[in-house]
Amino acid sequence: MSLLEWLPWIRERKTNELADELAAHLEMAEADRVARGESPREAAANARREFGNAGLVQEISRDEWGSGAMGAERLAQDVRFALRLLRKAPGFASVAILTIALGIGATTAIYSVIDATLLHPLPYPHAEALVRIEDDLVGLGARDVGMSTPEWRDLERSGVFESVSPFWFDNNNLTGLAHPQRVKLLIAAPTYFTVLGVKPQRGAGFDPLDRTPGFNEQAVISDGLWKSAFGGDPNILGRIVQLDSDSYRIVGVMPAGFHAPARIGDERATEVWPAFGFAGAPLSEASVQARSPLFEGAIARVKPGLTIAEAQSRIDALVQALRRQFPGDYPPQSDWRVRLVPLKDSVVGDVRQPLLFLFGAVALVLLIGCANVANLLLARASTRGREMAVRLALGGAPSRLMRQLLTESVVLSVVGGVIGVAILLATKGSFVRLVPESVPRLHAISINWGVLGFAFAASLAAGAVFGLAPALHVRGLDVIRVLKLEGRGSTSSKEQKRTRHLLVVAEFALSLVLMTAGGLLARSFWEMVNAPLGFNPRNVTMVRTRLPYPNEPGEDLYPDVAAEARFVREVIRRSRALPGVEGVAIGSGAAVPLDHPQQDQPVLRVRLEGDASHGEQPLFVTGSEVTPEYFHVLGMTLVRGRLLDEFDIDSSPPVAVINESMARTYWPNQDALGKRLKLSRRATAWTTIVGIVADARTESLEAASTPHLFASLYQQQGKHLAIFLRGRLETGAIARAERDEVQAVNSALPVFGAQTLDETISASLAIRRFSMKLIAMFAVTALFLAALGIYGVMSCMVSEHAHEFGLRIALGARPADVMSMVMRQAVRLVAVGAAVGLVGAVLVSRGMAGLLVGVRFTDPVSFGAATALLTLVALAGCYLPARRAIRVDPMVALHG
Amino acid sequence: MPSRNPPTSRIELLQGTLDFIVLQALRWGPCHGYGIVQLIRSQSRNVLQVETGSLYPALQRLVRQRAISTEWGVSDNNRRVRMYRLTAKGRARLTAERSKWEQLSEAIASLMLPPAADGEGTP
Repeated sequence: MSLLEWLPWIRERKTNELADELAAHLEMAEADRVARGESPREAAANARREFGNAGLVQEISRDEWGSGAMGAERLAQDVRFALRLLRKAPGFASVAILTIALGIGATTAIYSVIDATLLHPLPYPHAEALVRIEDDLVGLGARDVGMSTPEWRDLERSGVFESVSPFWFDNNNLTGLAHPQRVKLLIAAPTYFTVLGVKPQRGAGFDPLDRTPGFNEQAVISDGLWKSAFGGDPNILGRIVQLDSDSYRIVGVMPAGFHAPARIGDERATEVWPAFGFAGAPLSEASVQARSPLFEGAIARVKPGLTIAEAQSRIDALVQALRRQFPGDYPPQSDWRVRLVPLKDSVVGDVRQPLLFLFGAVALVLLIGCANVANLLLARASTRGREMAVRLALGGAPSRLMRQLLTESVVLSVVGGVIGVAILLATKGSFVRLVPESVPRLHAISINWGVLGFAFAASLAAGAVFGLAPALHVRGLDVIRVLKLEGRGSTSSKEQKRTRHLLVVAEFALSLVLMTAGGLLARSFWEMVNAPLGFNPRNVTMVRTRLPYPNEPGEDLYPDVAAEARFVREVIRRSRALPGVEGVAIGSGAAVPLDHPQQDQPVLRVRLEGDASHGEQPLFVTGSEVTPEYFHVLGMTLVRGRLLDEFDIDSSPPVAVINESMARTYWPNQDALGKRLKLSRRATAWTTIVGIVADARTESLEAASTPHLFASLYQQQGKHLAIFLRGRLETGAIARAERDEVQAVNSALPVFGAQTLDETISASLAIRRFSMKLIAMFAVTALFLAALGIYGVMSCMVSEHAHEFGLRIALGARPADVMSMVMRQAVRLVAVGAAVGLVGAVLVSRGMAGLLVGVRFTDPVSFGAATALLTLVALAGCYLPARRAIRVDPMVALHG
Repeated sequence: MPSRNPPTSRIELLQGTLDFIVLQALRWGPCHGYGIVQLIRSQSRNVLQVETGSLYPALQRLVRQRAISTEWGVSDNNRRVRMYRLTAKGRARLTAERSKWEQLSEAIASLMLPPAADGEGTP
């Protein structure tokens, strides 16, 4: 017999042949009897009697057809049977299927995000050898401070990398088109695309061997920019474009879907890559020679055969040698290190923890759903106990019955899974929109075969998990007892009841874990949203512009502070006249609260006057350049001294305002007012501190205070400018009006990024809000499922004990007694569930301490509220069955 | 189950025995199912009545074990019937089973015979 035997049509033919054979047997028997002298009628009847039940004969004969065939046949039979049963119990089936559909749908949704971000390698060939090189000053607590040209050359020569490509991210103004446009720019060494191993879709790109100092005036553009700004011009190659009034020749167009590997969304969306030698003009010779950070960092490809860990240990040795060779540049207290971060970790590192956390939460929901369905199945199993007992009594093999029950569960689960995935596919668009844009590789989220495979595997596993309890129950079925129960509906055994109670307790405990986690996140979010900001974002709208920074100094319209100040004053004067505007201030990009793209790196390396303890090493503080109105427009309060004013200009002594945190940190027990510092390593003039303002959460909502310094925009240049407008303004209208005003001053300037500060703050919370929303959704689902679970168990209990309740009522028990009997049992389940759940919740919340802000992971409010709410809902779920218990009609119960 | 009220003289067969008897019946040549029943009945002088409900499963089982093979033939009344034929494997098995059977029947016979003179020890 071959495997082919269990192909359906072959089986059918075999079955027909068997029927034919048995019919022939009967005919021959009849013919013999007739030949022996019986009348045809007698012969037919006798032959048939002797033959027995033809159908049964056929069935048991078929049973002998090999086990492979049997397995498939039985499986098909079981599946058909299961589907028939589900059709016959639509209420049960729809509740169970919906529960599983929700669980599988939600789990698959989160999995699809994880699949795209964490599981898939970055879309570059041999992406595992790619690293992002970050320089840390461990001693100063500063990470990823940037790299210098000599350090880059050391790394190139180290023999560890095939190639190292430095880069820095910037914005430029693309002019010469209909409108000046801000474009995102990644200034990169010509080896950049070679390191990544990606070729342009058009053009040759850069020559990786090109060692031209400065800009070689070649640029590669993204597919998106090619289509949006150049209309997909087929003759794009060789075209000259103006970026900040510098000319670049386009030598390549990257393929659609190519994204720069970066942590920051803006940088991933890079539109233009100009090639740069990271030496030569426009850089000064001194800055190229200095071993102090010049550019953002570098990406590199580790040589084949070397692991990243091996590469790291060789780089560590190199760093030690360099520190000995240049002790002045790398003093021991700053503890300079070079870290190789797998490129992928550097891109997706920020979202790993939140995503894994979400996945854990959604898996918990699925598990709770499974417990619920297991309970439903057990409840059904007790009403089907007679069916099972009869089948066992008639010689059904327990293993066969168990297999059938498991098949039923898996069918249920797979149907649920299919519906869940269908719902997911239908709502994929809105789901992806829910995911914040700052999540990397968002565009790669898809319901691919891998994701579908996951959904299928999860469905099978879920089916097996919740099908196990009822299936195992068959083994313990006491056939005699069940059959003796005669007509009574339910047949739960002690053991079965215990299983169901256990399931409810588990469900309750898991829900409590999830709700506590949700509560902690919500509290943490609440803390952040309601933390005193220290500034007033209400009614402040912001638009951005950017002054060009041409490589050719002669081309620079704003070469010095005075020229830029003229521009700034003119824009402020014009903006004030706009209808509805009550106040205007301009600041550098770093002055925008809670939104610091990389190029606005607000970190200043300051040196304090007379500071012996830090030696020559700079201190890192965040800083921004603002016009005097800034503090008023943003509603920041002056604590001591004075604010910046109109008389602090390039010809007057440099001054700064600092926040309380900076005063506290660097001049503890001293008066910071009047103290002097240098704002950069190369600064010659001392800057005097003239005022101290209250701390504000401008750097991050999570940190109440970060040392910050405000310099005057009339004394320090800032090319990236944000215009803050106070007043009841409509964002779209004010953005258009402001563009007209800015372009009236200089028609080549782009105006972009219009937003209210409330929106800016909200955007900075996007990933947290996403996690919290989902967790809240999961927690509510869990709560609902747990209530449903306890309701189901208590209902079952009440209907099984209706007889007893009737008897008690007949004997004079008061309704309150019966009620308390039922509730006592419920409370016991709830109490055990809560105890187990609280232990689990403590363990889980300890793991999520990193996600919490302003709340301790043992926050009693979250724990208490979750327990109270869940208990309340659970008891409410018991109330209905309990009420049914006291309404039992003794006459009906005792007669039934 | 079908009613089975066989004459008291008929004996129900154990499964292993049935397989052996079927193989034995096929020793003389290919035969169809009904023929096998008749053959066993007549050769056992009407003592052994094989139920169809036992015979056909046994045939399927033996086919699966490759002790017999099937072919299509024509019955006496000109009907297409399935014939069963002993295979080499079946023949070997028959020989083995026959010697086992002989041992067993000898053993049973000696149990049934009046005890020998030295049989007092038997409880």
